[in-house]
Amino acid sequence: MTFLTHLFNGLTQGSIYAIIALGYTMVYGIAKMLNFAHGDIIMVGSYIIYTCMVSLNIPSVFSILIAMAFCTVLGIVTEKVAYRPLRGASSSLAVLITAIGVSYLLQNLALLIFKADPKQFSSVVSLGNISLFDGQLIIYGYMLVTIIVCVVVMVGLTLFVKKTKAGQAMQAVSEDRGAAQLMGINVNATIALTFAIGSALAAVAGALMCSASPTLTPYIGTMPGIKAFVAAVFGGIGSIPGAMLGGILIGIIEKISEAYISSQMADAIVFAVLIVVLLVKPAGLLGKNVQEKV
Amino acid sequence: MSNMLEVKNLSIQFGGLRAVDGLNMTIKEGQLYGLIGPNGAGKTTVFNMLTGVYKPTTGTILLDGQNITGKPAIYINRAGIARTFQNIRLFKQMSVLDNVKVGLHNHMHYTAIEGVLRLPRYFREEKRANEKAMELLKVFGLDGEASQLAANLPYGKQRKLEIARALATDPKLLLLDEPAAGMNPNETEELMKTIHFVRDEFRMTILLIEHDMKLVSGICEELTVLNFGQELAQGETSAVLNDPKVITAYLGE
Repeated sequence: MTFLTHLFNGLTQGSIYAIIALGYTMVYGIAKMLNFAHGDIIMVGSYIIYTCMVSLNIPSVFSILIAMAFCTVLGIVTEKVAYRPLRGASSSLAVLITAIGVSYLLQNLALLIFKADPKQFSSVVSLGNISLFDGQLIIYGYMLVTIIVCVVVMVGLTLFVKKTKAGQAMQAVSEDRGAAQLMGINVNATIALTFAIGSALAAVAGALMCSASPTLTPYIGTMPGIKAFVAAVFGGIGSIPGAMLGGILIGIIEKISEAYISSQMADAIVFAVLIVVLLVKPAGLLGKNVQEKV
Repeated sequence: MSNMLEVKNLSIQFGGLRAVDGLNMTIKEGQLYGLIGPNGAGKTTVFNMLTGVYKPTTGTILLDGQNITGKPAIYINRAGIARTFQNIRLFKQMSVLDNVKVGLHNHMHYTAIEGVLRLPRYFREEKRANEKAMELLKVFGLDGEASQLAANLPYGKQRKLEIARALATDPKLLLLDEPAAGMNPNETEELMKTIHFVRDEFRMTILLIEHDMKLVSGICEELTVLNFGQELAQGETSAVLNDPKVITAYLGE
């Protein structure tokens, strides 16, 4: 029964990683860049929720919506100001380094505004718990919410990409930006939309993270951001189901290792698994192995 | 008939190289016009300037009287120029139908929000786009393969799908970059019929780059010959092809 408890913990943690990884993977697939500031968007979203709930006494649902709106705008603005001017740059390193810069900028802005002391607030999602097997397995309300949100996001996003014209434009831009442009697709708008969706999801992830551990510092986005990046690569970067699968597996591996091996070693084990998977399947679990044309 | 495309004194400079130098060309509405020349003559560069991939260094391009010189690619596409590519550039991981629907992108009128919420306009517009796309695929005999991935189509059909996708954007002028490249004589024969059909059925003006002289002499009404970025000859097809200068450029002294 304790195993089931750990599994549920892993599933919850994994769902959060999955939602973050979706943002990473979509931006990578469509804009062909690694947005290392993605994790910090989560942090910004969390602080917005904190401000709304604690300082302004806004109900949690509306706080989350406000945070999503704010992060969406933040995502679009960073893309437009920091990344778009570098899109034509000869080296893709330029935009990568800029992303790292944006990451530190957001962290330090948060430090400036909210100070370094950790902020505590009551759980964002406060629902009852489910007790199973005479109380041997307790599933907390926020866990269920997290898992359900994750499934809904996954299904919604897949439908959006496959079944709407904006989604098809994303696919087209992802495959051949030049050809898409010559077919009349607005590449800039498509990339901006991708950032908007990714950032809104980051805010959702922030809300769920605050439910699991309601302590807020300017650095809370960093580690989940990196883990989610690992998840995206693990599942096959650029692939939406891959990000989902990668996220959930990373979460479960992390929690099981924490429980059965060593809580200090958990992160090391996660990254070791990544290395092994990449050695065996360099394109990730669901990634396509594309042979470079010589 | 009015002029569909007027190119005046078009040049582009890449560093020290003048890839296209002072090109003049006029294509009338409904004409089948050929742009030929030896490899490296600058033909695809001309296409890239016409479609907004490159900004010309000098000169003007008028499409149906409208100045489109140096405008961005999506603007030019909306103004009415669509193209295919020398090396096929389909969206290979998307279905045949979806490739055409990407071409229809600007003719589907609903917002992303309506798409997410699945409001009535979403269904209406998607249905219309599907029908339109299927119609186009039928013209090219691709309706049976609509749900296949574009990557799985045989070569000749991929070339046709590129034309269908370009037509989906509803152009006034269609640019075909070496449509017969890599085709066998039978496929080329069929392609000639298709191009004729597209011109007549869609009342399209077509400018094509081609090396296959059988196709060029078979369907082009007028030609411009480029050599080292400059116009070598221009005029009615049979006259141009018999011009000694042109023969020399192709075959050497």
